[in-house]
Amino acid sequence: MIELKQCAAGYPGRRVLEGVDLVLPDGQITVLAGPNASGKTTLLRTILGLEPLLEGDIVVDGCLQGALSPRELALRASYLPQSRPVPNITGGRMVLHGRFPHLSYPRRYRPQDLQIAREALREAGAEGLEGRLMPALSGGQRQQVYLAMLLAQQTQNVLLDEPTAYLDVAHQFRLLSCARRLADRGRAVVLVLHDLCQALRWADRLAVLDGGRLQMADSPEKVFASGVLNRVFGVEVRRFQTPNGWQYYCEERRPPSPQ
Amino acid sequence: MNSWPRSCTHKLLFLLALAVLAAVLSLCVGPVTVSLFARDSLSRYIIGYVRLPRTLACLLAGMALAVSGAIIQSVLANPLAAPNIIGVNSGAGLMVALVCAVAPQYPFLTPVAAFLGALAGVLLVLALAQRTGAAKLTVVLAGVAVSSIFGAGIDAVVTFFPDALNGYSDFRIGGLSNLTLAKLNPAGFIILAGVGCALLAAGELDILALGGDTAQSLGLRVKRWRLLLLGTAAALAGAAVSFSGLLGFVGLIVPHMARRYVGEESRPLLAACALGGAALLTLCDLLGRTLFAPYEVPVGIVLSVAGGPFFLWLLLRQRGGRSRD
Repeated sequence: MIELKQCAAGYPGRRVLEGVDLVLPDGQITVLAGPNASGKTTLLRTILGLEPLLEGDIVVDGCLQGALSPRELALRASYLPQSRPVPNITGGRMVLHGRFPHLSYPRRYRPQDLQIAREALREAGAEGLEGRLMPALSGGQRQQVYLAMLLAQQTQNVLLDEPTAYLDVAHQFRLLSCARRLADRGRAVVLVLHDLCQALRWADRLAVLDGGRLQMADSPEKVFASGVLNRVFGVEVRRFQTPNGWQYYCEERRPPSPQ
Repeated sequence: MNSWPRSCTHKLLFLLALAVLAAVLSLCVGPVTVSLFARDSLSRYIIGYVRLPRTLACLLAGMALAVSGAIIQSVLANPLAAPNIIGVNSGAGLMVALVCAVAPQYPFLTPVAAFLGALAGVLLVLALAQRTGAAKLTVVLAGVAVSSIFGAGIDAVVTFFPDALNGYSDFRIGGLSNLTLAKLNPAGFIILAGVGCALLAAGELDILALGGDTAQSLGLRVKRWRLLLLGTAAALAGAAVSFSGLLGFVGLIVPHMARRYVGEESRPLLAACALGGAALLTLCDLLGRTLFAPYEVPVGIVLSVAGGPFFLWLLLRQRGGRSRD
């Protein structure tokens, strides 16, 4: 579980986040939603110590984030960034790197690390990609390998920044199903999603950010009912009932017609 | 699943055999061919005082520059970076020239000064890379500018102290003639220690190559390891420049060749660079000594003539390379 208490983050003179109080609980998928430049990625990066925390406290699994070394933090929280270099290594080696925080010198992977990496590949649906070079994989396959790397890291908290970007619908569902399984096993899963309908459908808890401030954090139904999404995004969010639950869709907000 | 992870021990053994073969050829072949087992005094003199220092210098300089290049390319995540391109060699060269001009009575200062010069070069480029977002072309252009500034410094030292660098052209091109074992004494140990440190830090280098954010999220102290690894690369390049001059190309082409041969994993890559760099430089030096005997072509020229076209061929064959998600 991760708790943010009155957090301000960004850079001196240019604050991106201000006064954020948010709990990212175990066993749930928390989706961060908000317009571009609302501070979603900065929030994730601040939790991981990649951006400076200017005010407030972040508590990761009961420990103050600032008191944890990068390795201790990496044993508690894993992170899939939006963009990263694609190294010319095999998918298997990439997944094995997820075991790095668990190794001591001289950083040689042990048989149990190989076993965990194999299980992570299977869990992420990336079996068969372990021998292929990363640049030769499609975007969806790469994302599966990165997800397997995170699974091999075996952390209580899993933070994914726009993991469904550039993925086709089938790959999106596969990835989100994997996130659901992680949450069902008691992990705290945090997703940044741009697709509002998907966010409402998959989240246990939806946190809406705008202008660096947290507008609301609650169940998707309550967030939908509050109208905060319509206000923040400037659209009309609607829903209809299906046998599988509520399905959401967005419509462009029309200017009021002249009387 | 059975083929993963792959072992490349046999490939490294082949490179080791190649380096040993190159060393034996370098000891035996020259204007006079001698046997390693000859017992006459002339043969022993030729091997002990002429060819052994030179062969060792080739092995050490090749090893140092290739490993340095591989480290720099991985840390900057830039396949175009190399010690001679980003100003590391010329930074070391400037400091060597300064020591030769100002304090020639303290030759033991040379490797230390070379290390400081190389470190200055690498830190300047790292700072520029971080300020400009580490765009590949910007890093290379910044390196070319830094290299050119240091090069102008070397020219200025040679202009004001014409006797500072004996055999100045050999130094600029890179040459390994007139070496003694004593001249290799501190630099050789620095190189062996540097290669050892690099191999020990191969795990960290692998993680750094995944990008700064991913590396830190995997628990690596990114800034500290970047500095440590670039410091090692600077020590290696500086030590090599202190006795071999401004040898180019080894640090660029050997890591590329090694990547194609053993892949991108740092431990086998660094080992392949060390062995391959040693073998390549020794063979090029042998060619330079024997092709136009009794005239001698500096090894830097042979490297450029042989390595340049080979590198161009590699580039033309390359279809992809690194990319970004």
